[in-house]
Amino acid sequence: MLLIRCPYCEEERPELEFRNAGEAHIARSADIAGESDDDFEKFFFIRSNPKGIIYERWRHMHGCARFFNAVRDTVSDKFLMTYKAGEPKPAKLPGASK
Amino acid sequence: MAKTATRKTVAAAPSAERRAALAGQELSATGVRLAVLPPAERISLRAPEASVAALAKALGVTLPRKPKTSASKAGRTALWLGPDEWLIIDEAGKDPLADCAEVTALHSAVGISHRNIAISVTGPAAAAAVNSGCPQDLSLDAFPMGAASRTILGKVEIVLLRTAEDAFRVECWRSFSDYVFTFLSEATRDAAA
Ligand SMILES: [Zn+2]
Repeated sequence: MLLIRCPYCEEERPELEFRNAGEAHIARSADIAGESDDDFEKFFFIRSNPKGIIYERWRHMHGCARFFNAVRDTVSDKFLMTYKAGEPKPAKLPGASK
Repeated sequence: MAKTATRKTVAAAPSAERRAALAGQELSATGVRLAVLPPAERISLRAPEASVAALAKALGVTLPRKPKTSASKAGRTALWLGPDEWLIIDEAGKDPLADCAEVTALHSAVGISHRNIAISVTGPAAAAAVNSGCPQDLSLDAFPMGAASRTILGKVEIVLLRTAEDAFRVECWRSFSDYVFTFLSEATRDAAA
């Protein structure tokens, strides 16, 4: 079982307590009605789906119930780090080569 | 006048009969004992940092700020569930909802007394019994006495509180209580074996 560090509970907890909540850092337009169909499609449907590092929202559903962000490698399924919701995308990743 | 009369009628009417789920059920095996605990008053409390002091004063119990901890005083326990969320359990028959009602500071207090059922798991194999369905580390280092957490047991969500080195209080939703008690019964037999 994976252990995922919850930034609110401040410890690693079993994955069964968590839910994935899709890609992180997708900003909703302040003027959503003014968006073109193409821009709305990009915002609503298009996700990066990378092979490698992905920034995701996770929720500690059966713990503190809070949403937070995580950086995960989709190849190894390893969590590189987690951080609180609202915090900016980390500039440097632990153990990353660049 | 009319208002007073109405109020009197309401107060005099018998309240709905409380039928506790699984009332009084028990199970004993080597090393573990399960017991459905008597009804208690409970609230779900949400409050920002600025309101915590006033609420703690009104409730008469500290609202812990540290994850996975609880505080207890005079039959009332406050369990940290999230950064601004607590479960208050009162076993002394006093209503914590009424205490919160006197607080003007911003907060949300919801009465959930009847929503939950509490089951105690006690004995030297108590941690093993709970661990058969709960993935958390229940060693005394990671989950000491007084530790509290929302977590899962098998397929359902529970709130787990360690009341002693070899005793846990499992809080689950009433409609899940059959499942939880049966699950723990099987776990108890396994843990005893
Ligand atoms: Zn958490």
